[in-house]
Amino acid sequence: MGADGAPPPGAGAHGFRARATAALGDPQVRANFRRAMDGLMAKRAALFADPAEWRAMRALGASIRARTLARLPELLERLEERCRANGIEVHWAETTAEANEVVLDLLRARGATRVVKGKSMVSEEMHLNDFLEAHGVESLESDLGEYVIQLDGETPSHIIMPAIHKDRQQIARLFGRKIRDAAYSEDVDELTATARRVLRRKFEEADAGISGVNCAVAETGTLVLIENEGNGRMSTHVPPLHVALMGLEKVVERLEDVPPLLSLLTRSATGQLVTTYVNMISGPRSPGEKDGPREVHLVVLDNGRSRIYEDEELAVTLRCIRCGACMNHCPVYTRVGGHAYDAVYPGPIGKVLTPQMEGVDRRHELPHASSLCGACAEVCPVEIPITRLLVRLRAEASTRRVGSTVLGAGGARSGGEALSWRLWKRAFGSPGAYRLVSWLATRLGRLPVPRLGPLRAWTSVRTAPRPARRSLHELAREKGVPDA
Amino acid sequence: MEEVGANGRPGTVYFFGTCLVDLFFPEAGLAGIELLRREGLRVVYPQAQTCCGQPAFNCGYRDEALSVARAQVALFPEPWPVVVPSGSCAGMIRTHYPELFAGEPDEAAARGLAGRVHELTEFLVDVLHVSLVDRGEPVKVTWHASCHAMREAGVAAQPKALLAQLANVELVPLGRERECCGFGGTFSVREPEISAAMVEDKAADVAATGAALVLSGDGGCLLNVGGALERQGSRARPRHVAEFLLERTRGR
Repeated sequence: MGADGAPPPGAGAHGFRARATAALGDPQVRANFRRAMDGLMAKRAALFADPAEWRAMRALGASIRARTLARLPELLERLEERCRANGIEVHWAETTAEANEVVLDLLRARGATRVVKGKSMVSEEMHLNDFLEAHGVESLESDLGEYVIQLDGETPSHIIMPAIHKDRQQIARLFGRKIRDAAYSEDVDELTATARRVLRRKFEEADAGISGVNCAVAETGTLVLIENEGNGRMSTHVPPLHVALMGLEKVVERLEDVPPLLSLLTRSATGQLVTTYVNMISGPRSPGEKDGPREVHLVVLDNGRSRIYEDEELAVTLRCIRCGACMNHCPVYTRVGGHAYDAVYPGPIGKVLTPQMEGVDRRHELPHASSLCGACAEVCPVEIPITRLLVRLRAEASTRRVGSTVLGAGGARSGGEALSWRLWKRAFGSPGAYRLVSWLATRLGRLPVPRLGPLRAWTSVRTAPRPARRSLHELAREKGVPDA
Repeated sequence: MEEVGANGRPGTVYFFGTCLVDLFFPEAGLAGIELLRREGLRVVYPQAQTCCGQPAFNCGYRDEALSVARAQVALFPEPWPVVVPSGSCAGMIRTHYPELFAGEPDEAAARGLAGRVHELTEFLVDVLHVSLVDRGEPVKVTWHASCHAMREAGVAAQPKALLAQLANVELVPLGRERECCGFGGTFSVREPEISAAMVEDKAADVAATGAALVLSGDGGCLLNVGGALERQGSRARPRHVAEFLLERTRGR
């Protein structure tokens, strides 16, 4: 991915539609996602049972994120200043390549070759594990789900539950195959204990820990990281070096902004009132303290975010707090799973974010892979109007608008499609033309026609639509319904 | 100001039939008109109407959408309510016309139209407060909530409130009622495999209710779900809610 000259991931036989079709044909994928998403939807619904409370919490969350974005440059400067005052070194990276180099330089300068990682979607954007491995650094995922997929050489299929596409039996077989001395077991507790045994030793041996950041507080220079397994705390406190990775939009202004956002995040993501661990990291070990890392570094990644920020309407994309509720509620994601998107961020927010980061020309399939049902926007805890953004990106992909700041704008224009819409405009834009079209449709629409193109697609699981014999226009005239 | 009759009701309403109803469900359009006339309203159906412009708008072809939408806006000059037998098209006009016409010379007219558009069942319940008397035989039906009716037009409770007035109608809840049927306009032909998976699930959920009819207020969903039901050989038939309400209450 990125500007490497590779063919667009959205194109041709290897595009989204082909991957989605393959996923639809895999009963295991269908069953695993349906079961998991049904469970997550029910858990979330139980915690937002009171509509009034939901509306109030959501309005607050949206306003916190909107206020943050309105002052983003200033808050990032403030964050850097406060972090430095706390002894946290701040590094800025415009591209994922730069971010990778920053991390590698930090590790090399300290002779670090063994890294444990907490979960971080920014590190997925960077393909950090592959990069570190290629440079002789062992980088081990310590979040259980991330550990599972790393073991299987896969990428996350969900931003919160990266191994959600696998069921218990698949994980049991994987552990049996890949972990030495692990007795085959399908028991969840035994599987967890096996992973724990492996990881425990790695935490003790690690030269550095790398983590993500759920939000960073500008006024206090605090990095906030939530998790359920304790691996985040181990990764950030046991090794002598902690490197935290964050997208530049994750800053918030004040400490008091954190609790409402975390509450929305955990309820929306996993249906939890609070996570088992809430880590507030405000600097390295102080003199006289017995634990904590000797050094803490924060790498702030842009990777296209400042370009998104330039567009007044699209900037709302950056409100996202990565809860994953949009994918949990998406009827498309539920059926095709995360890997079909071939993107770091799958599901509805991924369909908005990925084309903006990688180009609407290359990823134009993604905004179209939606029925615009709006289930995503309905559950978004920070009121991102996802469907509106999808429509906007469809327009950006097909039309080069003067002054557009969208990457790849106009690059997916199809002459055939543009012509179809011009013809549609002719047919529906004037009463005379429409009268002819509707007359033809109602008189000839029931004649057998070759099932080609759209009709062939439609009739794969449905009977062909049959126009009425006479239109409502005609019936209304006949019944004497006045025209004015 | 809207013309308001002595009973607080408007005296005249416009009817915007929508292109799908016009070509595929004209009986539902006529039924909608009749339901309004029966309440003593004068219904005006501008013959020059075509389509609200949603297909092109949702595909990102704003200029084409604007051109077709503009032709509609001009057809409803009087301050009368505009009643639409579709949550999707009502939602398009209400929610998206203001932004589509932003900065255009006819922006004020478009905003005016957006402000007086009503989905049919919403209008029957919230404005006309209709009372229905069921004259039909006992029947089991289920309700398919269209996504745009629920989430763009904000219509969810009204159709069910109308069905609840019908003594002989048993409304069986549809499993995963809030999940999309997979129509999504051009989505159904751009992503036919995913759309097919969605509508097959929906049709199976409909069949599982044992209902004789699946009712909806949107033609797109009815074409989609109805086509899948027919292909699956299900006995459940699709029916537009307007047509159903009229059939039940005119004692046929």
